[in-house]
Amino acid sequence: MADKVHVTTLLNGESVEFLCAPSQTLLECLRDILGLTGAKNGCNDGNCGACSVLLDGRLANSCLVLGAEADGRTVITIEGLADWAGLHPIQQSFVEEDGLQCGCCTPGMIIAAKALLDREPNPSDGRIREWMAGNLCRCTGYETITRAVRRAAAHLNGEGAEG
Amino acid sequence: MNFSYGYRAPDTIAEAVRLLQEGGSGARPLAGGTDLLVQLRHGIRQADLLVDLKRIPELSAVRYDPADGLTLGAAVPCADVADHPDIRAHYPALVDGAGIIGGSAIRQRATVGGNLCNASPSGDAIPPLIVLGAEAEIAGPNGSCRVPVSSFCVGPGLHLLDQGEMLVALHLPIPSPRSGSCYLRFTPRGEMDIAVVGAAAWLQLDESLSYIEDARIALSAVAPVPLVAETAATWLIGRPADSESFAQAGRLAQETARPIGDVRGTLPQRLHLVGVMTRRALQGALRRAKGETIDG
Repeated sequence: MADKVHVTTLLNGESVEFLCAPSQTLLECLRDILGLTGAKNGCNDGNCGACSVLLDGRLANSCLVLGAEADGRTVITIEGLADWAGLHPIQQSFVEEDGLQCGCCTPGMIIAAKALLDREPNPSDGRIREWMAGNLCRCTGYETITRAVRRAAAHLNGEGAEG
Repeated sequence: MNFSYGYRAPDTIAEAVRLLQEGGSGARPLAGGTDLLVQLRHGIRQADLLVDLKRIPELSAVRYDPADGLTLGAAVPCADVADHPDIRAHYPALVDGAGIIGGSAIRQRATVGGNLCNASPSGDAIPPLIVLGAEAEIAGPNGSCRVPVSSFCVGPGLHLLDQGEMLVALHLPIPSPRSGSCYLRFTPRGEMDIAVVGAAAWLQLDESLSYIEDARIALSAVAPVPLVAETAATWLIGRPADSESFAQAGRLAQETARPIGDVRGTLPQRLHLVGVMTRRALQGALRRAKGETIDG
């Protein structure tokens, strides 16, 4: 059994240290060691996007990242989006557009949407669909999800009242 | 099956080579991990030590020099390759390939170097590298060497790296004048899919832009390794750059292809697609050689 790895990471704006097995994924570290269960274990293969996080600002499937790889990096999970003032504008938009049914894919969807809107403030519908293709919704609510991302873009660009 | 392995993240090539050599056959380089971690989880590959290459500065660097061409570090993510202005300007087939692997999250992690070392017959970055004349720079216990990417893969999932060796960078020569390149694949889905058949083409035109001076064609998912369609490409040299020539090149590429039928496509479908995709990739390369854009 390989020795445990000591990992220091800036997680949702807070410096966090933990010990993990070298073969534990970031997803397992988040859920089982750090108690952050927002990122979901869907396929554990990089196909469904339910485990999406931002790693140094980049969209990543946390099931395809080792916890050890997060050492010295910045990690943002769905838990890092809302603050005491309320929901993040993207979360608010998903609520307003009914962009979720069972909700299992939603944390990943919102993180993927944030990764897109952080780099492209005004994506077309085609671009939204293309970008979100790695995030599966088995309730098949893609239409409202696309609408929610569009509404979030408008919020973030100051075109809406809320957020 | 043993799913536990050690993890090291050296910051120099020399240290990585030392770790790989000491680790023997159980040590594997880790780049984006989008293939390797899944394969380890499913017992398709085994490892007792992963050597993470992403902390080695040279492996994460992209350098374009108009006199020397492109040096692409082995651990540069596909998204960075597809977005890079110099690569977009001079090596469009590589942008085509790197830009369609997996989906947006996969492309932020998966690397072109890893796509090559995974050595899948369907690897979308490999045919573009081949037609662009790329060489693989390999570091090992006995120093470094370069080999053409066209001879890098030796079987499904197999490459010519020895124990202790690792891919450091890919070197692409400066683009010739009046040349263009293109990679296309056929998939049922537009994203998050794997090629049923893929074709990369590179063309260099004469000064009248009407005749083909030089050509290269490479195919994915139609043989145990990414396949060079030598006969088809050689036939094109000196011919008019038109749809008749491209149709004949497609037929010759079909004769070179030796696909199997599997879950992604039947053998007759794949053979048919070789003709179609070769023709279309040549058309794309032609338009780019003439300075036209074909994106969108």
